[in-house]
Amino acid sequence: MLRLGCGAGFSSDRLGPAIDLAEKGRLDYLVFETIGERTLAFGHRDRKLDPKRGYNPQLAQRMRGVLKATKANGTRIVTNMGVANVPDAARVVIEVARELGLKGLKVAAVLGDEVTDLLTPDTRLFDYHDRKISEVGLPLAGANVYLGIDAILPALETGADVVITGRVSDPSLFLSPIVHTYGWRRDDWAALGRGTLVGHLMECGMQITGGYYADPGKKDVPRLADCGYPIAEVQPDGSAVITKLDDAGGMVTPRTVKEQLLYEVHDPKRYLTPDVTADFSAVQIKEEGRDRVRVANGSGTARPDTLKVTVGFDGGYLGEAGVSYAGPNSAARAALAADILRDRLGRHSEIARNMRVDLIGLNALHATAHGVRHNAEDVRVRVAMRSADRSACETMLWEVEAMLCCGPAGGGGYRGQITPSVVTHSALIERERVRPSVEVLVA
Amino acid sequence: MSGQGTMRRVKLHDIAHARAGDKGNTSNVSVWVYDPGDYALVKAQLTAERVKSAYPNLLKGAVTRYELDQLHGLNFVMLDALEGGVNTSLGLDSHGKSWSFLILDLDVEVPENRGPIPAA
Repeated sequence: MLRLGCGAGFSSDRLGPAIDLAEKGRLDYLVFETIGERTLAFGHRDRKLDPKRGYNPQLAQRMRGVLKATKANGTRIVTNMGVANVPDAARVVIEVARELGLKGLKVAAVLGDEVTDLLTPDTRLFDYHDRKISEVGLPLAGANVYLGIDAILPALETGADVVITGRVSDPSLFLSPIVHTYGWRRDDWAALGRGTLVGHLMECGMQITGGYYADPGKKDVPRLADCGYPIAEVQPDGSAVITKLDDAGGMVTPRTVKEQLLYEVHDPKRYLTPDVTADFSAVQIKEEGRDRVRVANGSGTARPDTLKVTVGFDGGYLGEAGVSYAGPNSAARAALAADILRDRLGRHSEIARNMRVDLIGLNALHATAHGVRHNAEDVRVRVAMRSADRSACETMLWEVEAMLCCGPAGGGGYRGQITPSVVTHSALIERERVRPSVEVLVA
Repeated sequence: MSGQGTMRRVKLHDIAHARAGDKGNTSNVSVWVYDPGDYALVKAQLTAERVKSAYPNLLKGAVTRYELDQLHGLNFVMLDALEGGVNTSLGLDSHGKSWSFLILDLDVEVPENRGPIPAA
């Protein structure tokens, strides 16, 4: 039986419970999944500011936290923490290994997900009404293809202690050690579908052990503050039990597993990855014991001929600024401030072109969906805008800050920030055009 | 719902839980009843058209519903539903993580004689 752990389900996920898994999980593999559409964009942004960066900002800290334990326990690490700069990420892992005295530690870097050169201005963006790249009207920042197990397996075959990748499909990070261990055929679509199911359930870390789940009074989670990451016990046929460390907080129940089953899934019969068209439509979920849930009956059909590419564009700057009102009549005072800001900022065409004003506490997150429904006595006016012109963002921040003296009574708590922004879209390319490779480094 | 006696209105949140996910400008929300006995009525009432018409300003594209009957779950896939998506939207919740609670905020009719609903 193969034991897989997940030590991160997103870029900024917690480290402590990953160290617990490395030390006490009796794992064969510990996987860190840290790339999303947002954080890949951040990777490109970081690399633009400093060519030596662009990998996961917590990479060194994570490696310092777990490498000694994983090396001692014979646990291999598979991670996409290379994000937008795999070669430098691999060097960071080597540096940390040397610092920890882990001489001889082997790192395999999976290269080849950057495919900017394979795109043209005429490449179509399928998520953007099939418009061409040239029609976006923004400079191209970078493009990464979702690699799959074909790219990761050769890295595992080198015997590396740490396999580090950039953009790969998230479930492939888990499917590759399963295929490597059990020697499944690459066209055994049903088995690959079952393994992809395991990977899909594990890839978001605590989202299956009680994170992104609690709703007090309806769905209570024990010791959420000390929630543990998940462990999958995978059988040779690809069926698995999802569980966690006994002493960790959180829980694994059929309900936590069901919610994760369809997370970011569209048609459950056709979950596309580079490895297989996975079929989750007949999945069975059964509680076997406390914090032990068996998942079975995943399946699959042939993999797609094309691979998905995330195309990043330089989106200029995102400016955000806010000021708050509290106590009697605060909703009216905040609304007045919002009116003033819409009026004054509306006079700057570059700001007004792509700007939004929210009243946090009244109707921020669901403002577009249904407008104001509640009254509140603690309301924040928030302005957000995107522009290629940093000075337009600065003008907006200034106007919001001016509310302190020029706006309604009792305005306070001004904060404003301007951050570089990357806009992303998606394209498809033929599988044959992508040529991944592996580079091995030794500490 | 003729032939089922008197009904009363509850929030979907009273009898179901949900999770939202995003890919590009597409949001999906999966909805799961707590009690399998409620699945048929939720499936009958919470149609794709119902979801789309509840939030026309937000849900700009097609809404498709997939059903996982053996697990008593529904999956709503909503195109052009994230104001551009995580790297484009100017909204605070640019992932649409809270869209699950937009769906759970909808009303459903349950039989008057249905057992008590646990308090939130």
